[in-house]
Amino acid sequence: MAVLLQASNLTKRFGDVAAVNGVSFGLEAGTCFGLLGPNGAGKTTIIEMLEGITDADGGKIFYRGKPVGVDFRNDAGIMFQSTALQDYMTVREALEMFGSFYPRPAPIDELIDTCSLGEFLDRDSRKLSGGQRQRLLLAIALVNDPQVVFLDEPTTGLDPQARRNLWALVKRIRAQGKTILLTTHYMEEAYELCDEIAIMDHGKIITRGSPKTLLAEHFDEVVLQLPRADIPADPAELPLPVTLHEEEETVEILSRDINATIRILLDNDISLAGLQIRPRTLEDLFLALTGEELRA
Amino acid sequence: MSWRRFLAVLKARNREFIRDRSALGWNIFFPVLIVAGFAFAFSGKPMDLYKVGVYAADPVQKLAEVQKTQAFFRTDYIQFIPISKLAPAITKVERHQLDMLFDLDQHHYWINRDSPKGYLLERVLHGADTVADITNSPAGNFQRQTVSGREIRYVDWLIPGILAMNMMFSALFGVGYVIVRYRKSGVLKRLQATPLTAFEFLSAQVVSRLWLILAITSGVYAGADLFIDFSMFGNYALLLLVFTLGAVSLISLGLLVAARIASEELAGGILNVLSWPMMFLSGVWFSLEGTNPLVQKLALLFPLTHVIDAARAIMIDGAGLAGISTQLVVLTLMSAVFLLLGAVLFRWK
Ligand SMILES: Nc1ncnc2c1ncn2[C@@H]1O[C@H](COP(=O)(O)OP(=O)(O)OP(=O)(O)O)[C@@H](O)[C@H]1O
Ligand SMILES: [Mg+2]
Repeated sequence: MAVLLQASNLTKRFGDVAAVNGVSFGLEAGTCFGLLGPNGAGKTTIIEMLEGITDADGGKIFYRGKPVGVDFRNDAGIMFQSTALQDYMTVREALEMFGSFYPRPAPIDELIDTCSLGEFLDRDSRKLSGGQRQRLLLAIALVNDPQVVFLDEPTTGLDPQARRNLWALVKRIRAQGKTILLTTHYMEEAYELCDEIAIMDHGKIITRGSPKTLLAEHFDEVVLQLPRADIPADPAELPLPVTLHEEEETVEILSRDINATIRILLDNDISLAGLQIRPRTLEDLFLALTGEELRA
Repeated sequence: MSWRRFLAVLKARNREFIRDRSALGWNIFFPVLIVAGFAFAFSGKPMDLYKVGVYAADPVQKLAEVQKTQAFFRTDYIQFIPISKLAPAITKVERHQLDMLFDLDQHHYWINRDSPKGYLLERVLHGADTVADITNSPAGNFQRQTVSGREIRYVDWLIPGILAMNMMFSALFGVGYVIVRYRKSGVLKRLQATPLTAFEFLSAQVVSRLWLILAITSGVYAGADLFIDFSMFGNYALLLLVFTLGAVSLISLGLLVAARIASEELAGGILNVLSWPMMFLSGVWFSLEGTNPLVQKLALLFPLTHVIDAARAIMIDGAGLAGISTQLVVLTLMSAVFLLLGAVLFRWK
């Protein structure tokens, strides 16, 4: 597949902080690429350099093989992590105004339909719920019928239902053949939406690949979870790789061979009534790679 | 420059302003307040220039008597006030609240040595009965000549200044503040991500404020015309031109201030630092004639000074295009410089 947008060795400093420190990656046409990382990792800075909102200190950005220019604005759809619209502007008026900035705007009715804005078209944009507002901002990002869509934490602050609605929307956009770059703190989100992810921390990409490959590459074990109370003695004395989670009052045991592990547990007279088994997640991967919680 | 984008921003800004009831209300209410205030202040007959207290056992009757017999007590522009208690009245003379005080019973009069008005009144008192003597005496080789004409009253002089001052506040704060607010809240950042250019955005802000200012200034003018008697000897189109250029220059100054600032407090501070000296030194309230020459030079740096000078020339003297060409050129240059600098320095973030 063709690389649509290419970032090569991007750097950006804010005073002493190296916000982005030599980041390179390519965005393949028609795919969804996810940037994952804890607060302050540099996700927003990268995305804003690609959008042309922030000037990079070093590195190059290519669009369709050529250095990006002002014209890229016509092809890029942007949803900022936080945005304000003018006061006293209805949803429809916002769409109309942003639409008229572009030479080839998308038909407004189509946007309204795609993003389900019909119910509150004439409402003041300040009086929308969080989910409605994100849908409007997404519609504005799509107003120019863009080739590349940048979504910076599109679902932060939404309830699980609204988050799932927005996922469906992103999938619909991807199905239309658009290329998507999104950032998120949510592993399920990246797993659900992205063909490829890059995990970053302290301005650097630590690892990248498809979610499934990454998990397969790094892990061949599953996690057994037990309530702390079900283990009478000191869990550390078990002949197993045990992690104690004080706050959640659970014990997690990594296992390559479930049968063997369970046998040991039974030998130690531990009740399996509260046992849960889960595969290792991107969350675990992040923790393993950086020693930090992803949602720090 | 894309007209489509320019018009879209213009429409959005106008709509925002019109829907913001409190801002709209204030922009209409404030000028009404100004007109009402000045209409009230300048209604009624011209005020007397001097205040003279007249004390006697029966001051009202005694005053009526002396006004029949003595010319001084019939002098125009002096207000004669019957006084029934002497001591407090003397205190008033000390404080310049009365310019002169007569005790008709004891045949005393008091003036304050430090009061110029008292000094003049005393001269009038001594000369009042002998004007005829002066003009007719061989020593007074003066022939009396008279001219007549409408005086330039304070109100004639003040109205152009008030119109311009109202315009200044609307221009500076209406544009500067709004842009800083947009920047702070992130509205500008969202616009930056579109093909909209800074020039398109800024010119839409200028035009939106300009029509508003011209509409409101015309309204204030019409309202003042209804209730206040002031002079307008010049050409209306020329006056409109002066106010248009003045508004553009002041709006551009507002843009320049707002070019980079992201804090409303800082912007408000700078706008105040600009507008207050302009209000006092541009000659809105009093003429700078006879003040420190340095201050007069400084005042020429303010656009408002040139707007007011030109507006006064048109309204009071009936000046034509030639009479105000200097001000027009200066205002045009100032607009160009401010606008250019503002556009160059402008940052979305
Ligand atoms: N305008 C700025 N001035 C100074 N420092 C900045 C600026 N913007 C970002 N930074 C710093 O750069 C680093 C990266 O910030 P960035 O916003 O890219 O993180 P992020 O990954 O998007 O975080 P989050 O998940 O919280 O949105 C942080 O340490 C941040 O404090
Ligand atoms: Mg961010």
